[in-house]
Amino acid sequence: MVSKIIEKFGAKNIELVEALGRIVIFFLTGIKNIFVLPFQFNKIIDHTWFIGSKSIFVIALTGFFTGMVLGLQSYHALLRFGSEAALGSAVAITLITELGPVFTAIMITARAGSAMAAEIGVMRISEQIDALKTMHINPVRFLFTPRIIAAFISFPLLTAIFNILGLLGGFVSGSLMLGINKYVYMDTVFSSVNVNDILGGFYKAFVFAVIVTTICCYQGFYTHLFKGFGARGVSLSTTNAVVFSCIAIFISDYIITFFLV
Amino acid sequence: MTTPFIQFSNIAKSFGTNYVLKDINLSIYKGEITVIIGKSGSGKSVLLKHIIGLMEQDSGQIFIKGKPLSQLTSNMKKEFQKTLSYMFQDNALFDFMNIYDNIALPLMENSSFPENQIKEMVLTRMEQLGLTGTQNKFPAQLSGGMKKRVALARALVIDPQIVLFDEPTSGLDPVRKKNVHLMIQEYQEQFGFTAVIVTHAIPEIFKITQRIAMLDNGIIKFEGSKEDLLNSHSKTVNNFIRGEKF
Repeated sequence: MVSKIIEKFGAKNIELVEALGRIVIFFLTGIKNIFVLPFQFNKIIDHTWFIGSKSIFVIALTGFFTGMVLGLQSYHALLRFGSEAALGSAVAITLITELGPVFTAIMITARAGSAMAAEIGVMRISEQIDALKTMHINPVRFLFTPRIIAAFISFPLLTAIFNILGLLGGFVSGSLMLGINKYVYMDTVFSSVNVNDILGGFYKAFVFAVIVTTICCYQGFYTHLFKGFGARGVSLSTTNAVVFSCIAIFISDYIITFFLV
Repeated sequence: MTTPFIQFSNIAKSFGTNYVLKDINLSIYKGEITVIIGKSGSGKSVLLKHIIGLMEQDSGQIFIKGKPLSQLTSNMKKEFQKTLSYMFQDNALFDFMNIYDNIALPLMENSSFPENQIKEMVLTRMEQLGLTGTQNKFPAQLSGGMKKRVALARALVIDPQIVLFDEPTSGLDPVRKKNVHLMIQEYQEQFGFTAVIVTHAIPEIFKITQRIAMLDNGIIKFEGSKEDLLNSHSKTVNNFIRGEKF
């Protein structure tokens, strides 16, 4: 009985170490191939369009309403202390340092990350990845490398869009709907945010780009190793991709914030 | 005696406790069509995947023109593998790419040919395989037979020395089955490649092959010409050919 428990625990640990090894090798192979010629310009543009351009509307909408809710909630909280004039600061700092990068990463995970995992997963179960190997094409370079570059380009830009629309949302709910002076709102936004806050938000965006793309592509790429085969395997890896990416975003957000503040 | 192009010597392969290949000894000769037959799940595709490098044996040796594959330098291995093409059972076409891009992919990624030359090579293969006019279509828009031809065009576009076919006629009706067999024979004669075909299409496949191997229970039960196969006294071989239980 005890030996069986130890055996199971050991097997789980070995599985975990193997998976960690696989994801690190997968990531490093993808990064190494960024510097292998020829550069994959067309694929990078395609994936930037898919991850970036096609996410703009969702990010803009989410950013705008997040800003509006933030403006509304913060206004009532600040009102209790008679500090409603500081609404612009509250909205700007919260958005630029925290909510902007985190919400953007989560929305991209939901929209593009899940699609990456599903697409690569289907390629795995339909032997398209094996076909790449038989054609002497490195599948990690072909599938992962252009996506990680595209994510590096898209995440910070989408984060910036989220922030701008969020500030606008805060302005709409705080100034236009709740009556905060619009000049005071704008002044507190610009005076409270410094370059380090903006850079901190972008550092997070870069880290999230790496995390989301690596986890989602890895889950799709190794679909055949997870429990459940065929369509069920793909659905499982897609779900795992989204769940693990979100958890990793929150954990890494805390770690980065700890070092930045 | 001629040295085999590819030779399997005492190859064994298992997945956990499932011993798929136990002791495989098989010779494949240059310029011939070799057919591997056997029951479903007998390890025919696994054997084929050892040649292309998608799987590695647990023990035994694969010889390429008399030299052990394991003793070739990594560059020599790469060079050998570049002479191989593999046609998958379910075609494994890239469904997000159009037909032209599917066929051009191995050249686009691995060759230094200029784009206009690649285009010429791809369109030539498409014309030879009766695929003209389909270049902008996607695999999902083609019939089963056409997909097979696209997969064959992709396999042949690099002018390979060896083409490995994994059940090229599975899921096709008798007419299309015959067409695919004739197509393989015609192009094998035209381009002179060595073909290894894993199939269940018995006896149709006998019309195009020079050499047959039968895999059963992890070993090669028969290896020889189709005449030898048809005259074989082995009960296992005869029962399999007639579709009887053994």
